[in-house]
Amino acid sequence: MEPTISVEPNVRRGEYRRFKLSTVFIYLVLTAWAMTTIYPLFWIVNNSFKVSRDVMNNSFSIAKEFNMINYTTAFDRINIGKSYVNSLIMSGSAVILVLIFGGLAAYVLARFNFAGKKVLYSLLYATLLIPAFATVVPVYELLIKTGTVNTYWGLILPHTAGNLTFAILVMAGYMSTIPKELEEAAFIDGSNRWQMFYKVFVPISRPVFASASIFVFLWSYNDLFSALIFVNKENVRPIVALLNEISSQYGTDFGLMATAITLTVIPVLIVYLFISKYIQQGLTEGAVKG
Amino acid sequence: MKGDRKYIFMFLFPSALFLTVFLYYPFFKSFYLSFYRTKGFFDKKFVGWDNFERLFTDKLLGAATLHTLELMLYVLLFQVGIALVLAVLIEGISRFKDFYRTVFFFPVVISGTAISLLFVLFYNYNFGLLNNILANFGIEKIFWLDEGNALKAVAIPTVWHYVGFYFILFLTAMSKIPADYYEAARLEGIGAIKRTTMLTIPLIMSDIKVVITLAITGTLKVFEFVWVITSGQNGSEVLGTYMYKKAMVDQNFGYGSAIAIYMVIFGVLLALLANRLLKRDEITY
Repeated sequence: MEPTISVEPNVRRGEYRRFKLSTVFIYLVLTAWAMTTIYPLFWIVNNSFKVSRDVMNNSFSIAKEFNMINYTTAFDRINIGKSYVNSLIMSGSAVILVLIFGGLAAYVLARFNFAGKKVLYSLLYATLLIPAFATVVPVYELLIKTGTVNTYWGLILPHTAGNLTFAILVMAGYMSTIPKELEEAAFIDGSNRWQMFYKVFVPISRPVFASASIFVFLWSYNDLFSALIFVNKENVRPIVALLNEISSQYGTDFGLMATAITLTVIPVLIVYLFISKYIQQGLTEGAVKG
Repeated sequence: MKGDRKYIFMFLFPSALFLTVFLYYPFFKSFYLSFYRTKGFFDKKFVGWDNFERLFTDKLLGAATLHTLELMLYVLLFQVGIALVLAVLIEGISRFKDFYRTVFFFPVVISGTAISLLFVLFYNYNFGLLNNILANFGIEKIFWLDEGNALKAVAIPTVWHYVGFYFILFLTAMSKIPADYYEAARLEGIGAIKRTTMLTIPLIMSDIKVVITLAITGTLKVFEFVWVITSGQNGSEVLGTYMYKKAMVDQNFGYGSAIAIYMVIFGVLLALLANRLLKRDEITY
């Protein structure tokens, strides 16, 4: 018995140490990547409180005082607040339209049986392959003809269409996993399809609505290409187009650029921190069932 | 259910209308326009295959295609690669998982334009962060955006932007693998590396395929990184920026549309090719 007892702890300890080393290595790698995602953000926020000269000469030092000069410039001279409002209105509207129309279409795909459903699915998947480049010229022409170019609708309409397909597929994937018993109960209650949709499906599908809206919002809010073409006038310009403008016009004012980036990024990040669970959950649902 | 046809029509109609007016119709119109020589919207002349013949003799387009392919290579190797490595690694730890998942996703929620501007501040010759670091070490400053470096300089933020996205997709795929598979592997005494290459990766192969397809089609859409950081100069022009310049800056709608059609076909071919190369039996569990 003696030998066994003396050997056993040694083996254990050896294993334990090896296990630990590899774990330390894993934490090191993960932390290193985390640094690449955190430090640039810190750097940019930090520098937004410095005057340009300090950003240029010493961008690593911590800002000793919160110099708000860049922020005043951003709001007074380049009117970043207006662009904010523009972005929120246009991207917010696109989200709402996508959720309503996409939700209804997803409900049909998830619950109705009809001829041509398979074809419809294939068509939707194929639609995902159409990039904005392949539609931009005729859409631009259409917007000019209808007088909607450089108005809020000039971005809302193309963005709604551009994000519908993705949203429909993800939402239909989620809805088709909802147990049928739930609607049978509603059916017995005498609900029609419309009531079933908003009484049963909308409440249950909240997680997928949440994640779809987040992605539609992000893609819309962040889309520079369409913004440059459809809404690049000062009164309707969304924030990404303004950023592009700043880089070409105020490219030497590093402090102002840092501030503009901070103002674009930080609100989105804060919202993200509150709802990150939904995003990842939504991606999960979409990927699993889509 | 009675009256279903009415509801099917009613519920599908708004989406169908949107997609038709702003996606399908413009797509076919682009195809149509690609056979015309245009001056603005009002003056156009049918020229047959001229625009497409021009595609094959356009040296700038050839260069943009090669740059896009190079960018795609970086994206597939590093973006998908790093995402996969991070996903495999994070499965091996028990603490701080949520923290890493949350911060890895940071760049994804930031706009590409803001990231690009950030990198403009990094790359600036006189005052940028990188040359600041070099100066601190007494090394001579580098032109980060010159002929030899520009495309790579654009590739870094492009790759960095979406690692977190694919990371989450991989994690999701891995979470679907039943725990008893790993239990069996553990009982067999299979090590971590072998478990990853022999078990995890084959089991999530269909998801890897999806990610690779997304990465390929995603790279073809790259626009803001190039536009903001280099404007496509010094050998960093990609298809997206070239199409924008031809169609929107030069207002050459016909040729611009031909480029767009070329991009769609190119993308579909690449995606099909990738799927063919990665063809495996689908695994269900």
